[in-house]
This record gives sequence, C-alpha cells and structure tokens, in this order.
Amino acid sequence: MLRVKNLKAGYDGVPVIFDVSFEVREGELVSIVGSNGAGKTTILRAISGLIKPLAGEIEFMGERIDRIPAHEIVERGIAHVPEGRHVFGKMSIRDNLLMGAYTIKSEAEIRKTYEEVCDIFPRLRERESQKAETLSGGEQQMLAIARGLMSRPKILMVDEMSLGLMPILVDKVLDILREIRNRGTTVLLVEQKVQEALEMADRGYVLQTGRIITSGTNKELLESDLVKKAYLGM
Amino acid sequence: MIEQVAVSGLLMGLIYALVAVGLSLTWGVLDIINFAHGEYLMLSMYTAFWLYTLFNMDPYVSLPLAALLIFVIGYLNYKIVIKKVIDAPGLTALLATFGLSLLFRNLAQFFWTPNIRFISNTIVTDKKIELGSVVLGMPQLVAAIGSIIMVFVIYHFITKTKIGKAIQATAQDKSTARLMGINTEKIYALTLAIAGAAAGIAGSFMSTFYPVYPESGMMYGLLGFVIVALGGFGNIMGALYGGIIIGLAEAFGAYFLGTQFKYAVVFLIYLVVIQFKPRGLFGW
Repeated sequence: MLRVKNLKAGYDGVPVIFDVSFEVREGELVSIVGSNGAGKTTILRAISGLIKPLAGEIEFMGERIDRIPAHEIVERGIAHVPEGRHVFGKMSIRDNLLMGAYTIKSEAEIRKTYEEVCDIFPRLRERESQKAETLSGGEQQMLAIARGLMSRPKILMVDEMSLGLMPILVDKVLDILREIRNRGTTVLLVEQKVQEALEMADRGYVLQTGRIITSGTNKELLESDLVKKAYLGM
Repeated sequence: MIEQVAVSGLLMGLIYALVAVGLSLTWGVLDIINFAHGEYLMLSMYTAFWLYTLFNMDPYVSLPLAALLIFVIGYLNYKIVIKKVIDAPGLTALLATFGLSLLFRNLAQFFWTPNIRFISNTIVTDKKIELGSVVLGMPQLVAAIGSIIMVFVIYHFITKTKIGKAIQATAQDKSTARLMGINTEKIYALTLAIAGAAAGIAGSFMSTFYPVYPESGMMYGLLGFVIVALGGFGNIMGALYGGIIIGLAEAFGAYFLGTQFKYAVVFLIYLVVIQFKPRGLFGW
C-alpha cells in the first residue's frame, strides 16, 4: 500500500534520514521506533509532502507521491497526525474535526464520518463547542487523531502520540489505534516508546540515526538482542 | 456639542474599523505588515473618482467595481510580490510592502497628478439628518453603516464558512493546515484579496466626503496599524472596537486640544496600550 524506497530527506538540503526503505501493507499496524532525533518525524513529513525528499521514492497505492504538494496528499487517503498534536487551539473541537474533513465535498459524508469518529471518542462530542486549547494533553491527542480520521484515510500516520502523556493515557491511545486498525484503517505509528509501540504492532522497523537497522514482526523485534540491549534496557 | 463630537467620532471610527479589518486579517494570517494597505484605499478612491468623472457613476454604484478591482490587486500583490518574500528572513517582507506602497503612491502621482480632487455631486452630497442638536452628515452616516455591515459580513465569513475556517486554521498553524488538505498558498492570496476588497469598499464610501489625492490613504493606513495593535492581530471584532476607540479619541482630541493635536491623542493611546497590553486590548 505504502512503499518507501531509498528515501533521503532532511531540512535545507542537510539530510536527516539516509536510504530508508520500508513498506506498509493494507490492514497492518506498523511501528517505526527509534530514539529522539533518529529521523522518525522526517520520514512522516516526507510522506505527507511537508518536505520534499532529497532522493528516493514514495509510492502509495501504486502511485508516486513524492512530488505532490502536501494539501493534495490528504485527498489520496493519507492522514498525518503531527507530533505535538497541533490542534487548532482557538477553534472549537467541532471546527477542528471539520477541518480534518476539509477535502471531503459531501456534507452528508462529513456528518456520517463525524458521528463515527465521535463514537470512538465520545468525550469529543460532549465538548464539541469548547475551544480545543481548553482540553488536557490527552484529550488534545485524541482530538488530533480524531481529526486525522475525519478525512476517511486509507492510512493513518501517527507521530509520537506518547509525547507528554502519562503512561495510562498512552495505553489508552494505543488501544484506540488498535481499534481504528480493526475497523479497517491501516496505521503507521512512529514512536520512541519502543516496547509499547512494538507490542501493539504487527510489524516494526527500528530507525537509528537516519537508517533502518533492523525490521521484523513484533515478536522478532521484541526478542532480538539488538532491540533488547539498545532500547529495552535488558 | 459633546454629543456631536461623540457621534462624529463614532461614525469615523466605524469606517476606520473596516480599513483595519483587512490589515488585521493580513497580519493575523500571513504574519506580515502590509504597508500598501492604505494605498488600496487610495486606489479605490481614484476608481470611484474616475468612474464618476468619466461615466457619471455615483460612488455607491461603482462601489462593487472598486471592491472587485482592489480584490484583484490584493490577489496579484500576493502572487507577484509577497509570495516571494513571505519566508525571507528579517525585514524583507516589510520592505517589500513598503516598496509597494511607494510604487502605488508614485504611480498615482504620475498618472493623475498630485492635485487634490473631489467628487462634488453624489446622491448624498450636502445631505444631512438632524437629531435634536446633533447633525449627521449623510455621506458619513452611509459610510459608517456600510462599514459596520461589511465588518460583520467579513466576521461571519471568517467564523462560519468552511473557507473562513480554513483561513483561521492557516493563521494558527500553517503546516497543520496543509496536512488537513488546505492549500495555504490559495488561502494567503485570498486573504490579501479580501483585505483589499474591504479597503476598496471603505475607499468608495470615503470618496463621497474625503478628497482624492495620491496620499489619501496614508493616514488611514497608519491609523489602521494603531487600530490593529489595539484590537489584536487577526481579531476582527477587536478591529471594530479599536476603530471606535480611535475614532472617538480623534474626535475628542480635536475638540479639547485642537485639530492639530488629534493624532497626538491617538498615538498616545497606542503607546500607553502597547506598554501594558502588547497583544492589544482584545488580543487572541
């Protein structure tokens, strides 16, 4: 579904990731894990078109998308939930969600999606007229994910959702992501909480200083010496 | 007499508000200060003047044309000039809009001479309404009512429509707006065009009672900045309140201290406010 080949990307011509290749298949939940600064966010920003790759290819549903501007990527079915949530703080929760559905033309479809998304996140419906900035960090993360779902994506990319959340909320968000996957949306998770992200995923990739150093199913990775030593402190 | 001063100040304040709304939008969304905003006003006044002189069109009739023309000028200003400098460091964007302002003023002088002109015979010229001791000049009254209606139309557009919300989203977080599928380039151009149209409408209204010359818009541009600073960047209702405050300050300043000092009062208020509330009285 999503295939990244020999991707090199960075900022102002200075590469942050080198020769990254990976693949996400339809219906999977894939995690890319790695420590802070490994280049995880850069990968997602390149996929969603916020930065132009320096080299390599990104293919989605059989189409090259690495030269397409960000606002057209969404229409193709890729939603990117950015690191740090980035909700529109001065706008109501309802308007935040409607912005998520910006590319959808049909009012009826937006309404239907709105109801579906609010079924997953009932808190948001309760507070729909409240400004997003009044929500707690965890609720804002839920809102950011919900907003991503509003575009009815084929794949939902979630960047560092654990950032600034207490562990119990991290587990809750992970459960929700699993549910989203079970409802049929492919999920690409990028995380520095290595253990949680791998336990939840079907497959994973480990990114270190801009390169993928190993990959495999979640079991293989959790049991590999490399991951144990470097990330799980065992 | 005091009531007369208050009413005159209020009417002017409402017109200032419409001028400031566009400036405030530009500032709030694109994060640039558009020094050419006052010149939009001047260009609109000339549009009204020439359509009146050549085709005998009343400024109220030519108003939609002037608004449309300045809408297009705003749009082109973005596409041709501002787009190129918006991400440039430091003062580049500021200097670019300052350059635009000089360009428009000098072009006006070149083509139309620096002479002061009037639109001498509109349907409201010399008409007035008397309410007890208070006299309302018809041109000012119509301009003020038209302005406040426009401010509310723009407010409604920004807060209630899908495109308006996309403008808000772009103002708050451009990258995230792009992730929503919003073409932020288009939003920027549209914002500048709307700001231009607002100034265009204000200019048409003002041409019925204010002289038309290349520097017509300068003082209003400047007052616009003061109002935006008072009202808060990107805050439309703030611009309305700021406009009223400045209109009243100007009128009372002129009444108590003499007309030569009216702007001193305005800018004194500005200096005091930014000392204590740098984000404006109604900042977001």
